[in-house]
Amino acid sequence: MGLFRSAVNKIRKGLSRTREAFSGGLRGLLFGKTLSEELIDEIEIYLITADVGVKTSTEIIESLRTEFRTGRVSRGEDAIDYLKQQLKSRWSDVDRSLAVATKKPTVILVAGINGAGKTTSVAKIAKSLRDEGRSVLLAAADTFRAGAVEQLAIWSDRLGVEMIRGATGADPASVVYDATDAAIARGVDVLLIDTAGRLHTQENLMRQLTKIRNVIGKKIPDGPHEVLLVLDATSGQNAVNQAKIFNEAIDITGIFLAKLDGTAKGGIILAIRETIDVPVKLVGVGETPDDVEPFDPDAFIDAMFDRGE
Amino acid sequence: MFENLSDRFNNAFRNLSGRGRITEDNVRDAMREVRTALLEADVHLDVVKEFCDEVQRDALGQEVTKSLKPSQEMIGIVHKRLVDLMGPATGEGDTPIMMVDPGPTVIMMSGLQGSGKTTTCGKLAAYLKKRGKNVMVAAADLQRPAAVDQLRIVVEQVQNEAKGNARVEFYGEPDKCAEYGKAVGVAVQVCQRALREARQQKMDVLILDTAGRLHINNELMGELDAVNRAINPHQIFLVVDAMIGQDAVNSAKAFHERLAIDGVILTKFDSDTRGGAALSVKKITGAPIKFLGVGEKIDALEAFHPERMASRILGMGDVVSLVEKAQQEVSEEEAEKMAEKMSKGKLTMDDFLKQLRSIRRMGPMKQLLGMLPGVGSALKDVNVDDKQLDQLEGIVNSMTAEERDDIKLLNKSRTRRVAKGSGTQTSDVGRLTKQFEMIQKMTKQMSGSGMMGKMKAMKEMSKGDASMMPGMEGMKGLPGFGSGRASTKTKSHKSRFKPRKKRK
Ligand SMILES: Nc1nc2c(ncn2[C@@H]2O[C@H](COP(=O)(O)OP(=O)(O)OP(=O)(O)O)[C@@H](O)[C@H]2O)c(=O)[nH]1
Ligand SMILES: Nc1nc2c(ncn2[C@@H]2O[C@H](COP(=O)(O)OP(=O)(O)O)[C@@H](O)[C@H]2O)c(=O)[nH]1
Ligand SMILES: [Mg+2]
Ligand SMILES: [Mg+2]
Repeated sequence: MGLFRSAVNKIRKGLSRTREAFSGGLRGLLFGKTLSEELIDEIEIYLITADVGVKTSTEIIESLRTEFRTGRVSRGEDAIDYLKQQLKSRWSDVDRSLAVATKKPTVILVAGINGAGKTTSVAKIAKSLRDEGRSVLLAAADTFRAGAVEQLAIWSDRLGVEMIRGATGADPASVVYDATDAAIARGVDVLLIDTAGRLHTQENLMRQLTKIRNVIGKKIPDGPHEVLLVLDATSGQNAVNQAKIFNEAIDITGIFLAKLDGTAKGGIILAIRETIDVPVKLVGVGETPDDVEPFDPDAFIDAMFDRGE
Repeated sequence: MFENLSDRFNNAFRNLSGRGRITEDNVRDAMREVRTALLEADVHLDVVKEFCDEVQRDALGQEVTKSLKPSQEMIGIVHKRLVDLMGPATGEGDTPIMMVDPGPTVIMMSGLQGSGKTTTCGKLAAYLKKRGKNVMVAAADLQRPAAVDQLRIVVEQVQNEAKGNARVEFYGEPDKCAEYGKAVGVAVQVCQRALREARQQKMDVLILDTAGRLHINNELMGELDAVNRAINPHQIFLVVDAMIGQDAVNSAKAFHERLAIDGVILTKFDSDTRGGAALSVKKITGAPIKFLGVGEKIDALEAFHPERMASRILGMGDVVSLVEKAQQEVSEEEAEKMAEKMSKGKLTMDDFLKQLRSIRRMGPMKQLLGMLPGVGSALKDVNVDDKQLDQLEGIVNSMTAEERDDIKLLNKSRTRRVAKGSGTQTSDVGRLTKQFEMIQKMTKQMSGSGMMGKMKAMKEMSKGDASMMPGMEGMKGLPGFGSGRASTKTKSHKSRFKPRKKRK
């Protein structure tokens, strides 16, 4: 069973905007044309500037070139179809909805580097769940950054969702410990945990995250049920390391790709897929709690080849 | 994936002997490598293309110096070009923060969401406080929940923790905060009142923290524009996350077109990003890179050095930063003694252990590795296990003082004893001693020679059998072990860089 079924039909403003403009992008470039080596070079530019990375881009482009040279792909339109199918084949058809525990509470842990969009994403998930009629408890486990607890407290107020807080400077693992207790005692459906931003290169902070995960596991044997890594869609190649190392520390179950409402294409998730097999579950398309959508591979790939700025 | 650029260059030029000219043919191969290196460092594709064309022009027909291999010549050209494009260094040619008289000097921060503006406001305030300037920091982010609180707390930290006696004040109107998108424009009045207050309190500097925004959000970009018109800040800084990818050019361009940026601050450089955004953003805005953010604390602000950035972008490792880190751990005296020992090949196991310990104290190994030449790329597979380093320490600790002084004393029975004492296998001990002898040899070579000799030794080191070293699987040799220390003899940044700068 999955959450966000209702969200699927929501606004979709971010992606529909880009879909309209799609004709101005790669499709406009290729439509009605005979494919050529030069056009294939052009396609490569789209991949590279979408942050797909040299390695993954080269692989995709070389396979297209082979198809072209052997005559299997000769029209511009066919190239697009071939590309889309190539890119999509990298993402298996998995269930992208958030996990639900068989026994309450479902615990969702949210982590990521500094400024990626974690707290806002927590607010977005909380609102979606609340709107589906689930009871949610927030845990403010970012006890480090100035004003972080206050930031989540404001979301808790605005959304009418309760929150467990720790004092600034408190051990985040102990906040999570208390929050897990509270979630069980209050019988809430979902416990949603916001953590402090940390760089994957900071080993002590990564260990702290592992500890937080373990604290949950001790209280709730099959928890956390969902471990989301929030990635900034503007990230460059370094995000591959982020994903890899966060995954090593806390076994992530899904990626939340934030800030996809800008001009960045978020192509890095294709490169990440080469390293770890974790589905992208949700995308952030703005700063309000409504600005969340389920990840849609088709729409994502369309948007990647769009140039309508 | 990406390997050391110098290896790639060697490959590209393998058909060319030590002499002769760099020709179009062999340059083309090399330029492909440069292109890949830059793209993997997140430099924007258009910037990469232009850069490669220019370098190609520079390189063609260059007489290859007898002593240099063409590949080295090419690295020199590429590196120098990068330095030229990214320069100047902080404070070179101008003061990092220009002050007006009479004050207050008004600085406005701008940038995307989460790029580090608020934190950087605190860092700049601390920087100015240390230099005796009275600073007011005003909260003009009325969009992000608790942004005003965040800034207030950051300013309190500066008041309490930063060095210096100058005044640091906070200005905020928390009651003006609104939900996202609803208080657009109010920031203008808040800034005006902040300026009035700063004048009244005779502050030297007023820093305006603005809300993060997308460059394509017209309404919010208009707000920045309005603040700019109403206040006329003396300097507008663009704060950019150093981990940003290709999109850096789009946002930088939009911010620059609206505001005419005076300086760039790149944050989160404490990550393992190669930081190609530095080049992209410099290229787009033309504005100097003023500072680098290297941590979450208020003192984590560093000067920008184009040479180091060029090395980092090319994946050549940031040796200078490593040396600086090492300097904080080891006294000058100690370093001199060590350098002397190394040059004579008299490095002992005790020295080895001492260095190992100070390396460990220096911080997370992976971060350190990223700064070393030749291993930047190996980084992703490196798995440095502190436990294995403990084992290594255990082995050394089980040796007698004589054995540590002269590793050759370790015959079979002694080796067995050491293994037993440290709870390891004799093969572990054997591996360590073998590796140590190699390091001994290489450090000698390194400290004895000039820049070129060092590069050669580095290269040899990077070819060393990494897996031989317990605890350092995948790490090619024990790079930097002592090597940086040897060069601590040169003291200023400038002199350290002379060899590179001079090279044509
Ligand atoms: N445009 C846009 N902005 C976003 C999105 N998600 C978050 N933001 C903004 O990005 C900034 C950082 O977001 P936070 O949610 O505070 O990020 P965080 O990861 O919790 O940050 P730290 O706790 O400081 O590490 C804020 O200004 C958010 O409003 C998104 O999907 N789109
Ligand atoms: N590691 C690291 N984190 C930073 C740096 N600068 C800012 N941050 C963090 O990045 C996040 C966003 O910073 P903030 O100043 O709130 O960004 P703003 O939204 O642009 O005002 C916070 O978690 C900061 O602690 C830096 O140089 N290094
Ligand atoms: Mg947060
Ligand atoms: Mg801020």
